[in-house]
Amino acid sequence: MIEVKDLTVRYGGVASLDGMSLTFDRGVCGLIGPNGAGKTTFFNVLSGFVRPASGTVNAFGDNLLRMAHYRRARWGVRRTFQTEQAISDLTVYDNVAMIHSRLRGAARREDVLNSIAFVGGGISPWAKVGSLTAGQRRLVEVARAVTGKPRLILLDEPAAGLPDAETAHLTSVIRAIPEQTGALTILVDHDMALVSAVCATAAVLDFGKLIASGPTAAVLRDEHVMRAYLGTAEV
Amino acid sequence: MIDTAGPKAPAASSRPPLLDRRSLTRVTVIAVLLLLAIFALPPLMSGYYTDTMTQVAIYSIVTLGLGLLVGRVGLYSLGQLAVLMIGAWVGARLLFATSQPYILVLIEAGLVTAIIGSLITLPALRLRGLYFALITLMLAGAVIVVAATLNFPNGGGGFSGYNGALLHIPQIRRPSYAGTDPAFYRFSVIVAIVMFLLVFAHLRTRPGRTWAAIKQSEPAALAAGINTTVYKLWALALAAFVTGVAGALLAGADRELFSIDFPIQNSISLLAVVLMGGAFSLVGAVIAGFLQAFLPAVLQIWGVSNDWLIILFGLGVMQVLATAPGGVADQFPKDMRRLYRLISRLWRRTAKPAEQGGDGA
Repeated sequence: MIEVKDLTVRYGGVASLDGMSLTFDRGVCGLIGPNGAGKTTFFNVLSGFVRPASGTVNAFGDNLLRMAHYRRARWGVRRTFQTEQAISDLTVYDNVAMIHSRLRGAARREDVLNSIAFVGGGISPWAKVGSLTAGQRRLVEVARAVTGKPRLILLDEPAAGLPDAETAHLTSVIRAIPEQTGALTILVDHDMALVSAVCATAAVLDFGKLIASGPTAAVLRDEHVMRAYLGTAEV
Repeated sequence: MIDTAGPKAPAASSRPPLLDRRSLTRVTVIAVLLLLAIFALPPLMSGYYTDTMTQVAIYSIVTLGLGLLVGRVGLYSLGQLAVLMIGAWVGARLLFATSQPYILVLIEAGLVTAIIGSLITLPALRLRGLYFALITLMLAGAVIVVAATLNFPNGGGGFSGYNGALLHIPQIRRPSYAGTDPAFYRFSVIVAIVMFLLVFAHLRTRPGRTWAAIKQSEPAALAAGINTTVYKLWALALAAFVTGVAGALLAGADRELFSIDFPIQNSISLLAVVLMGGAFSLVGAVIAGFLQAFLPAVLQIWGVSNDWLIILFGLGVMQVLATAPGGVADQFPKDMRRLYRLISRLWRRTAKPAEQGGDGA
């Protein structure tokens, strides 16, 4: 469980996150909102790239914000990036094995190969990532996120720019993540079909403020949410 | 297109063999060339070319270190000349002050240079690209000023080992088994091979993979739990180590060192030759070594002014940046393949009409 309390991030005069308080329970949780709402900023806070002005994040009893960014991977934070960041010069195996893991030797090897097999897509572990398609590279990033006993997985628009067939495959992979890893997964995406397919609960950010949260179907019907997305005039 | 229903990654558990056929051929070719360089070349070379080729071996180590920083980690250092100077100074000082075996001095000079070199670059580590380049150039300038004041050891006493009043200046010693120029050339080539193997071993294991990750995406590396500062420092220390060893080798090769042997523009030309040779491959480092040490020597024999070299390097770097980012090491094989295809196509085209002509007659 992740408890976020009063989280505020400021870039100069702009509050990218404005007193956000929210609890993520378990399974796959959606985090949606228009562009610039603060979703990626929230991920950057959790992975340690951005230092918040105030607020706390309690993750399974640990104070996440007190950890150095590179230590958070050891603790169990994983993330993918909005613009996919699989390393082209390395093989798929080495890309996944890059994650800091407590496992050693044969156990680690098996864990890495399992993660690659888990995301499917017919990817050979020994292929150079530079030779893969865009969709496969996304899957390599997901494989990297599920390896080495993760506790918190952050997926930042994993389906952006993918054709429908690949999005369908990705949907089934993301839906299987909690069972595969037991990790709490937070998904940011603009694809509402994907979000409603995999997320039991969802939260909506707009201009750095939380405007709705709860079961996904109810949240997507919320009138504040529709207004934030569609820009309906004030009622 | 992803094969969504396809089987799970086939043959997942068997890693491909380390040496496939192509890399086996490559290793054989390199081994033969090295054996020729060590055994066949020295009797064929005049004294001038023996000296030049010794410099090529030494500067290949320097460009190896710089290529590591530029090509593998993305750190554009303009301070490697200063690092070389530190290695040469420490090497010369130890060779005058102690009677330790030469190999031991090489290692010690490498270690001292690694410590000093990474300490002075440490503050610049937070910067990247142009800023890192500028800061390292400034640091190189500072080191050159210090070296010019301190002078290189010439057999004097004290910390600096320099005595301006000496009438008879003793030469820097060489190992007993490499006293002559051809023998020292062979010794330099072998030391260079060891340094290349050291870097190769790094590139093929965890540090190499981590550097590749840092170079492409520092956020991804951090998110993977990599302490990027430690690994960047490791790369800097390794580059400084091999460059320090090259410096101590240079002390023995030149036998007398002066600070004017290290003009600051060489700091820039080193980066130019590394880019031209190919920063992403070890062969590129050797080509860069030739460009840095062999080309000027040949031009001097031909009576061509050194200024032409600067123009040539300028054009070369522009060419590399515009069309061939992998440098000569990457571009040359590609061009050869293209030439081969062109020739074989022409051959077929000329062969066909000849056949038809034969039928008609």
